[in-house]
Order: sequence, then C-alpha cells, then structure tokens
Amino acid sequence: MIDGIKIAGLVFVAAIVQVSMLGPHASIFGGTADVLLVTIVCVALLRGSISGAMAGFAGGLLVDIATLGTLGVTALLLTVAGYWAGRYGETTGRDRVHAMPLAVAVITILIAFGGLGVYYMLGDTVPAHRALITPLLPAIPLNLLVAWPLMKLCRLLLRPPGGIDRVREVEVAS
Amino acid sequence: MPRNRTARTAVLGVSVRRPAAGQLPTRSSTALRRRAVVGGLVVLALVLMTISFRDPSGGPAGAIQDAGIAVLNPFEVAGSRVARPFRDAYGWFDSVFHARRDAGRLRKENEMLRQRLIQNDAAANELKQVKALLKFKEGPSFPKDYVGLTASVIGRPSGAFAQSVVVSVGSCDGVEKQAPVVTAQGLVGLVTRTTCRASRVTLLTDESSAVSALDVKTDAAGTILHAGGAGTTLSLAFVAKEDKVELGDTIVTAGWRTKTLASLYPKGIAIGKVTSVNQSDTDLYKQVQIEPFADFTSIDAVIVLVRKQAKQ
Repeated sequence: MIDGIKIAGLVFVAAIVQVSMLGPHASIFGGTADVLLVTIVCVALLRGSISGAMAGFAGGLLVDIATLGTLGVTALLLTVAGYWAGRYGETTGRDRVHAMPLAVAVITILIAFGGLGVYYMLGDTVPAHRALITPLLPAIPLNLLVAWPLMKLCRLLLRPPGGIDRVREVEVAS
Repeated sequence: MPRNRTARTAVLGVSVRRPAAGQLPTRSSTALRRRAVVGGLVVLALVLMTISFRDPSGGPAGAIQDAGIAVLNPFEVAGSRVARPFRDAYGWFDSVFHARRDAGRLRKENEMLRQRLIQNDAAANELKQVKALLKFKEGPSFPKDYVGLTASVIGRPSGAFAQSVVVSVGSCDGVEKQAPVVTAQGLVGLVTRTTCRASRVTLLTDESSAVSALDVKTDAAGTILHAGGAGTTLSLAFVAKEDKVELGDTIVTAGWRTKTLASLYPKGIAIGKVTSVNQSDTDLYKQVQIEPFADFTSIDAVIVLVRKQAKQ
C-alpha cells in the first residue's frame, strides 16, 4: 500500500516535470530526456511488471490529460513499456549490471517506433525522419544520463523496510 | 515412471511430485493475474483512445480531460514557474554569447526601419483618405478588432507527433476554438481545444496546420505549411510561378474573406521571412521557404486573440 502511494507520487511528479518543465525548449541537439519514461522503467525494474504497467498507464494518462491530447495514446505506449521493463527485470535482467541502461535504451527506441505506429493509425502523420532519427539519436544518451540518478532515487524511495531490493517473482524457464 | 512425475525429475531422481490436476500452482496464478492486469490496462487505453478520438471535445473523454486539467492546472503552473528561472538563465547566457553579432545586425536594421516608418506613415495617411473616398468596407483587422489575452505556456507535449502547447487561458476567459495565437514576434498557431482554464494551441509547425498568407511587398499569395524535416522551417506553398517572391520578403497572414467564408486568421499578422526561392520546370508552383519570426522552441508566453465582438 505504502509502496503504491510512493510509486504514484513518483509518477505524478515525473509526469508534471515532463509536461511543464521539459519539452521542445529544453531540447539538446533536437532531443529531450523523457523523465517519465525513465521513471517508469526504473519502477518496473524494481517492482515488477504489474507495478510497471500500472505506473505506465497512470503516467501516460496524466500526460494525455495535461497536454489535452487524445486520451489513452501515451497511456497505451507507457503501459506496454512498463510491462516489458518489468518482465525483463523479473527474468533476464535480474541482478545484471547492464539491465537498467539496456532497458532504457531499448524502450526509448521501441516507444518512438510504437508512437509512430499509433499516431499513424490515428491519422497524425509525421515524416519518419522528424519522428525517429532527429529526436531519437540525442534522446537515447539523454535518457541514459537521467536514468542513473532516477534509478538511485527510485531505489531510495522504494526500498523495502528489510533492505532487500529485489523483484519478488522469478519465472524459471521450463 | 510413477504418476505425477516429470521425465526430468525422474532422471534427477527427485521424489517431488507434480501438483495434482485441478490445483493451480502459484506461478501460474501470478502469471494469469499479471496478464489480466496488463490486458485490462491495454483494453482500457484502447477504449479511452476510441472515445477520445471520436469526440475530442465533448463526451465522457472530454469530461475526464476537463476535470483532470482543472486538478493538474495548479501543478503545471507551479512546474512552469519553477522551470522559468533556469530557462531565463539559459536564455541570458545564450543572448550574451550572440550579443556582439546581433548588435551590428540590429543597428543596420534599425536604420532601414526608420526610413521605412516615414514612408509607411505617409502611405497610411494616403490610404486612409482613399478608403474614405471609396467608402471601403473592411473585414476584421489585427490588432484593432481583437483583444489579446496573455497566457503562459503550462504544458508541452514532447516528441514530434504533437506540435502543440497548452496555455493557461480557456473558455472561461473568453477563448474560443480556432482563435489565432501570436507572440510579440509573430503568428504561432491556432486554438484547437479549449477547457475552462486551459487551451491547446496547435503550432504552425504541426503537419495539420495551414495558413493563407501573402508577401507584403509583392502580394504573392500562398499557403503556409510546415516544410518537413526536423526543424521549424515553414514553406509558402501554392505560389504561382508568375508571382514574384524575393529573398528577405516578409510574409503575413492573408485574412481573406468571401460572402460566406473567412480565414481563421485576421489580415496582417507577421509570420516570417523568405529565406529561399526556387522554381523548376516540372513543378507547378514556386518552392518558397520561410524562416518564422516566432521561436517555436522557446515559447513561454503567448497572446490569444479574441474577437472584440465575441468577448462582448
């Protein structure tokens, strides 16, 4: 319960920072760090796929509401991103040093492609160069740059009382 | 091999029996729960998307968004205010870096504009007299027939998909859908969605934006569209080959009006400066590139133009 409140608070702050503080004016070489996406990946890696998906949905919905965009678009993308990061954390990426940077980099790329697909289906066409190459190349290092402090913050906030910081579920491949 | 034992456990000689049929192991129930949660969230997102896409302003999705933005608005305003000093500091350093180069350019521009102002004053007086003689009836003009509502930018969707900003004035302040939005430099876009205390402004750099515009010097008319690519460069499309457009010409909104239809933008709002003009034998129209006056990457405050009539 307390964990849930902490995750909700973290996602809320990340969504507000993403919408009102970061944006095109905070871009470096045409890209911007996606604080919300990185936060969701960190939460998912620490707390598993269900928490990741729920955090992704809530964060995405907040962004959709705050930007007066089509409801559900960002929520859908971030739900899938949170779930995938959570599953990766529960299985392959467990206890691996490179799990976090790898998950952040891969999900940044997948979100860009997924976004292009979803917006294309909604009729919002954007040239692929503008949607993928230009923002994506600087976005990956920027997301990786913010991932380390955010991961430390998430670890600090979501640390269980006993001090053991591991995902609770392990699925053994049969 | 005894019943309820897998081949693997038999090989390893483990005596642990498989759970009897009908009892679901914990791992499977967790996996089921996980899939149900994710599936439910994805379906919910798709339902929201469908409802919101079908009726963006009204309906249940609109109501959710109206209520949500009312709650989030104070946080967005606070976030924007917290970020402003950092943005200003960055802007200060940036302007100091370019100050020397800008000073020289602005001095030259100032001299040229002073001469042009004298010529324009004379022309304006002459025009006034001619209009009075002809009993010329005008459409709404900018800025005379509009009230400007100053608003700060409180939300910026990231990514290339949504070229828009959310501003802190809404229908309760008198903002209507499709109200033009400007900055001190020039035209920025159009209000495409309003709630009581916030509005969404679709920028000129959005793929869906199109503005009727003309060259102030030559009256060559066309439509302002985004030029494509990653930048904020615009293009003046559909300019006839016989029309004259020169480098450095200023492009303003055309503000046309027919009996039943009128442009959404009033006449005479500055848009940008011509930076390139090309013409090929195979193309039907000229290719004109425009550098917008407004800096779309650092919009902090805007002016939403509301018709005086509508405001009353």
